Amino acid sequence: MDIVVFDNVTKAYRSGEVTVDALRDVTLRIPEKSFTALVGPSGSGKTTALNLIGCLDQPTRGTLTVAGQAMAGMSRRQGAAFRGAHLGFVFQDFSLLPVLSVYENVEYPLRMIRRMSKKACRPEVTRLLASVGMEDQADKYPAQLSGGQKQRTAVARALVGQPALVLADEPTANLDGQTAQKVIALMKRMRDEFGTTFVFSTHDPRIMEQAEVLFHLEDGRLVDTQAAPGEVDR
Amino acid sequence: MMDILGLAFKNLLRYKRRSLLTGLLITVGVVAVIVFVGLSGAFKEAIVGQITDAVLSHLQVHRRGYMASIDNLPLDRMIPAAAYKRLEGVLQANPAVTAYSPRIKFAAMLSNYAQTTNVRLNGIDPAKETAAVPLLPSRVRHAAEPGRLLQPGEVLLPEVLTRGMEIKTGDTIVLVANNKDGSVNGMTFTVAGEVESLMGPGGRDGYLHIDDAAALLRMETMEISEVAVRVKDFDGLQAIADGLEAALADMKTPRDTPLFELHTWEALSPFYNVVRMIDLMALGIQVILIALVLISVLNVMMMSVYERVREIGTLAAMGTSPGRILSLFVAEGFSLGLVSALVGSALGMGALYVCNLVGVQVAFGRAGQLFTLLPRIAFGEVVLTCLIVLAVSVLASLQPAAKAARLEPVEALRHV
Ligand SMILES: Nc1ncnc2c1ncn2[C@@H]1O[C@H](COP(=O)(O)OP(=O)(O)OP(=O)(O)O)[C@@H](O)[C@H]1O
Ligand SMILES: [Mg+2]
Repeated sequence: MDIVVFDNVTKAYRSGEVTVDALRDVTLRIPEKSFTALVGPSGSGKTTALNLIGCLDQPTRGTLTVAGQAMAGMSRRQGAAFRGAHLGFVFQDFSLLPVLSVYENVEYPLRMIRRMSKKACRPEVTRLLASVGMEDQADKYPAQLSGGQKQRTAVARALVGQPALVLADEPTANLDGQTAQKVIALMKRMRDEFGTTFVFSTHDPRIMEQAEVLFHLEDGRLVDTQAAPGEVDR
Repeated sequence: MMDILGLAFKNLLRYKRRSLLTGLLITVGVVAVIVFVGLSGAFKEAIVGQITDAVLSHLQVHRRGYMASIDNLPLDRMIPAAAYKRLEGVLQANPAVTAYSPRIKFAAMLSNYAQTTNVRLNGIDPAKETAAVPLLPSRVRHAAEPGRLLQPGEVLLPEVLTRGMEIKTGDTIVLVANNKDGSVNGMTFTVAGEVESLMGPGGRDGYLHIDDAAALLRMETMEISEVAVRVKDFDGLQAIADGLEAALADMKTPRDTPLFELHTWEALSPFYNVVRMIDLMALGIQVILIALVLISVLNVMMMSVYERVREIGTLAAMGTSPGRILSLFVAEGFSLGLVSALVGSALGMGALYVCNLVGVQVAFGRAGQLFTLLPRIAFGEVVLTCLIVLAVSVLASLQPAAKAARLEPVEALRHV
């Protein structure tokens, strides 16, 4: 099963007179439970592709299906509901809420989006904090954490509520090489543990090596697809 | 719900100085409203109390048509003895009425054997009058005998006359008056004291015993000019007046028109306008508070949204619904208003309490009499002020919050 299906997707941005095709006729499939990377030089369309998958933007042409749902004609509220139910996000700059503790940040999607009670959230939040190794930092605030700790918290937040798909736009760009490796390894372990599909973008060749499926974008076009043995038809 | 408020509080504390300053501004506004309403209410009470307790009493009953020409104190529009009896019955039967005092009002010539002048007089029953206007005894100076207001054969003269004519307590004077048929009668009286002048109708009248008034006017049966009525519950005055009016309605003249007319102090005194002015000023200061809250909350919330565009993008991307984002920001404005209103109410009531301890005094009246104000505010009024602050805070947050909810996540995330 493929969790993401791009079928001749074009995304054009118009700024004034000029239109820029950020993605041109991209057709690709991302297998379920895969550890997938979008790579390519700056401006190649990685963020654009992730935004489309993340239901944050809509294709100009072509069809895009995510988790069996066509990404077209959704209202803002429907989009938000879809993201809240099926997707998790990890951001380059971590984007933790500074006023909330590590625990509360991870709890946020369950409390504020799924509207669960504090008590009902506790087991899952605790389990995820343990999984990412942040259980003893639960009461700290983002400002008191290192970059790696912040991103581990963000990964836990993305995974809470068991989304089918986690999207991460350059999740390691603000981390040093070693920490970046650890965060990627953590994400992969989470994929193994929870069976969540991970799609991330990166410039870093050493991070790319960790991916099982690699889509190379250049100037908005898909120029190469690489898959670890057995991945594409998994 | 509690969680949204909790998050809102945390976000407010994030910009401590700014929230503090805005909160302080609102707090000061709330304190100003409470102190002003408390003080002006007390001032109003003092004025109204002075007017009603010293001269007018709470309401007055006249024969219909009397009020229209009250300035010349007509003797041909009096309440006849029989009608007064029935009126007394109605007043006695009404549990809301605590006292009433019949008065014979007339103008007379006063002579101290050296000079002659005009004087407006009230024939009263001292006990009834004191019950209806309890401050009257306190207006009497140089009394012949302390604690005694008046007895038959005595007269209390307004200070404007005693000063000008150099009349002293114990002096003998002559009062000459026309009765309603036009015949003239004169009697001598002993001056029992002088009555301090007050602003407003009846504030410069003299007093004598009602029996003397009837004798001077050669009344065969006693006729009454007006009946001053005091009620138990001043705040319920209008309802009591309406009740009395209904009870009196079936007393008719031979021509089948109502015999009596009834006026509350509001219709009798020009000070009612002063009181209304004070109320208007209280309203004005409330409007200023509303503007203050509106502008300061709007300002602080607009800044909040602008500074947190990226964060809003993150929340929206994660799937926070637009409605939830809206409520997060509205809750922030609400919390700011709530804390400020509560602190302001506490400080404002504290300030009133201190005023009561210290005793704020104001001078009022021509005599410059000092009143100690007892400022207080109804709890409902405080609650209302808080509710206004809360409602306006929410209103002011709505626009910035809607702006936050409308942000496109992609654009918000690109924002630096
Ligand atoms: N909102 C937008 N309006 C106009 N042009 C845009 C917009 N977003 C992206 N683009 C353009 O689309 C192209 C692809 O941008 P995108 O951000 O997807 O690249 P990227 O691969 O993520 O690059 P980077 O590695 O620098 O993040 C670029 O030429 C960019 O200028
Ligand atoms: Mg990018």
